[in-house]
Amino acid sequence: MLSRVADSCLWLSRYLERAETCARILDVNMQLVLDFEDQNSGSSDGHWLPILATLQDKDLFETLHPEPSPDSVMDFVTFEKTNPNSILSSVTCARENARTVREQISSEMWEELNGQFLYLHSPAARAAFRESPIGFYRGLVGRLHAFQGVTDATMTHGEGWQFLQAGKYIERADSTSRVLDFKYHVLLPSEEEVGGNVDITQWMAVLRSCSAMEAYFKLSHGRVSAWDVAGFLVLHDSFPRSIRFCVDALDLALHSISGSDRGHFANEAERLSGMLRSNLDFTTVDQIFQTGLHQYLDQIQVRLGAVSNALWGTYCRWL
Amino acid sequence: MQGLFDNYDTGGFFDEMFGADGTVRPHYKRLLERFSEMDAAAFERKRALAEAAYISQGITFTVYSGDEGTERIMPFDLVPRIIPANEWKTIERGLEQRLCALNLFLQDIYHDQRIVKEGIVPREIIATAKHFRPELVGFDVPHGIYIHICGTDMIRGADGNYMVLEDNGRCPSGVSYLLENRQAMKRVFPKLFSRHQVRPVDAYPQELLAALRHVAPGGNPDPTVVVLTPGIYNSAYFEHSFLARSMGIEIVTSQDLVVQDARVYMKTTKGLKQVDVIYRRVDDDFLDPTVFRKDSVLGVPGIVNAYREGNVNLANALGTGVADDKVTYYYVPAMIKFYLGEEPLIQNVETYLSAVESDRKFILENLEKLVVKAANESGGYGMMIGPQATKAEVEKFRAAIIADPRGYIAQPVISLSRSPCYVDGKFEGRHIDLRPYILMGEKCTIIPGGLTRVAMRKGSLVVNSSQGGGSKDTWVLDEGDAC
Repeated sequence: MLSRVADSCLWLSRYLERAETCARILDVNMQLVLDFEDQNSGSSDGHWLPILATLQDKDLFETLHPEPSPDSVMDFVTFEKTNPNSILSSVTCARENARTVREQISSEMWEELNGQFLYLHSPAARAAFRESPIGFYRGLVGRLHAFQGVTDATMTHGEGWQFLQAGKYIERADSTSRVLDFKYHVLLPSEEEVGGNVDITQWMAVLRSCSAMEAYFKLSHGRVSAWDVAGFLVLHDSFPRSIRFCVDALDLALHSISGSDRGHFANEAERLSGMLRSNLDFTTVDQIFQTGLHQYLDQIQVRLGAVSNALWGTYCRWL
Repeated sequence: MQGLFDNYDTGGFFDEMFGADGTVRPHYKRLLERFSEMDAAAFERKRALAEAAYISQGITFTVYSGDEGTERIMPFDLVPRIIPANEWKTIERGLEQRLCALNLFLQDIYHDQRIVKEGIVPREIIATAKHFRPELVGFDVPHGIYIHICGTDMIRGADGNYMVLEDNGRCPSGVSYLLENRQAMKRVFPKLFSRHQVRPVDAYPQELLAALRHVAPGGNPDPTVVVLTPGIYNSAYFEHSFLARSMGIEIVTSQDLVVQDARVYMKTTKGLKQVDVIYRRVDDDFLDPTVFRKDSVLGVPGIVNAYREGNVNLANALGTGVADDKVTYYYVPAMIKFYLGEEPLIQNVETYLSAVESDRKFILENLEKLVVKAANESGGYGMMIGPQATKAEVEKFRAAIIADPRGYIAQPVISLSRSPCYVDGKFEGRHIDLRPYILMGEKCTIIPGGLTRVAMRKGSLVVNSSQGGGSKDTWVLDEGDAC
């Protein structure tokens, strides 16, 4: 397969996963704000600004909107063309990448993605957004899931598909770490205590933004704590958005591309993903909190970045 | 006539569907019956259905105006253009004859130049041809085929006779629309096809691949063939990717290719892989910055050297532009006689060369009545239709012709034939042309019909998509279809 095609497959799925993360975070935050409307009387900046920190877009936002409001944050993350990480930009970039590899992906995949692109650029999307932001974000996530389903059902599970998987899981692992870190950025109102009503609601929001609430409650018997939620989202071995699951899937995709067995490594990307994978396999929640959750998540993000660079170096360096 | 065709007016032009007296031509009879069963609302639904399919599949081209390119769909008209079997047979033979002569001409002018020595084509015409490539003199292309893929533009005048308007022997585009138009028609009017015996067109990509494989260097029986595109921002990118997909081969951009030891390789995840045949959709000028335009970022440094060493083949060959120079066009009937000893089966449009003094005088005296074309432009650019031009435009062309007589030709205004098109709730006549696609490989293959282009603007004679033209499905009826 052409290196350029491999690169486009990687980025196609990274951009889509990124769009999905934005939609999830905004959806959940919207609900959080509704929950806290009374307590925060008037100013809900405390709930909207951390989103920008999580998505690393704070500076650009501040130049565009000197006086932030919930609407301006939502618009910035959803429709802002100059924001390279907005949902609109991500879907547009995903489609550009898809356009360069149309002979690799199935027509069904293209039509699904192109439909989503055309919709986001249409007045209908804005109208739906105004009508119900939550409904809009849910619909979006649903369409993105449909794309995943179409991909699995219509594309040969060969090299191109494996690159799509690799891109998806790198980005998803990264997203989960950022969503979890989101809680770190949300300052608990000073009169609230850890384990109190607000704290629990916020952790539940984190779970919900990873579609993890139902799965989590099957295990936790109704208990919500930082400890348990972080343990679940970082270390669970079979929940499809946990960091460990994603890293495992990434590692599998890498080995499927090279054909090497999973106990060894054939290139730098596999060496780094293997190390990260075994770290996650043999870490406990205690250790994570000893390191500090924020610091631990930071390290994960750096190591995912290193895998991504090595992956590019292995397969696309001559581009 | 009834229903949607009530008040249809052929306007004194040759109409594809109706005779001068308003009676339907026999090969359109069944179509008229079917369309007469529909009202405007039903037809509108069909139209919307077809358009939605084009948009969702991304069958678009890019139009550049101002600083931003926008993606548009090419307007598609639902009334097919129908060509009876016997009519097509003549066209087919004439096109094959023409392409054979053009290939012999290219072979000749890059070798002995017999046609010049024997005084058929003046030496200075070749010497001053913008797309003549002196670098390729004496170079032998595999099987002597220069133009592997030709798109020949044909028109019908007031008497309904087919004529060739120009030969596109560089990178003719549009074939994907032809194939997609057929898909759209089948989706929207499935029953029409069961009433007619329409010759299928689906085999084009396979025929194209066979022609490309045939010309692999050294007769390699299992060559690696790729499509080279300028990239996704090229207006025909959809077509490039469509053809690669339908042939099941890689589509590459210049950054995917590298030349080492006079061999061309593509960069894959498993290392470098040698490429044998390149169906290139990049113009000569941009192909190799070490030989042609130095500023080209679309090119592959060293590719021309690899070509000359015989390690890779290009389709179409380098230097074919000299054959679709509009001045060369003038000499095609003479070429046919010279190389094949045959009379041309399809005529040229009457043409005046401003490079010839007597012609130039006539052109300058009659600018308001003629169509003037730049010899080396395409896509509807660089032309003036005298009767529709402003005084300023006429003077601009007058000055240009005087400054560069070799650079222009003139032709009488041909009132192109018209076909009914669906416009604002009823059928109206619009001017059309026909671009068949001719492949030259082991044998000559012509996909039945071609792309019928439509000048969608009322009264317009310009069918190019870059100038707001549309297209329609083109049916060649099977011989068994006794309509």
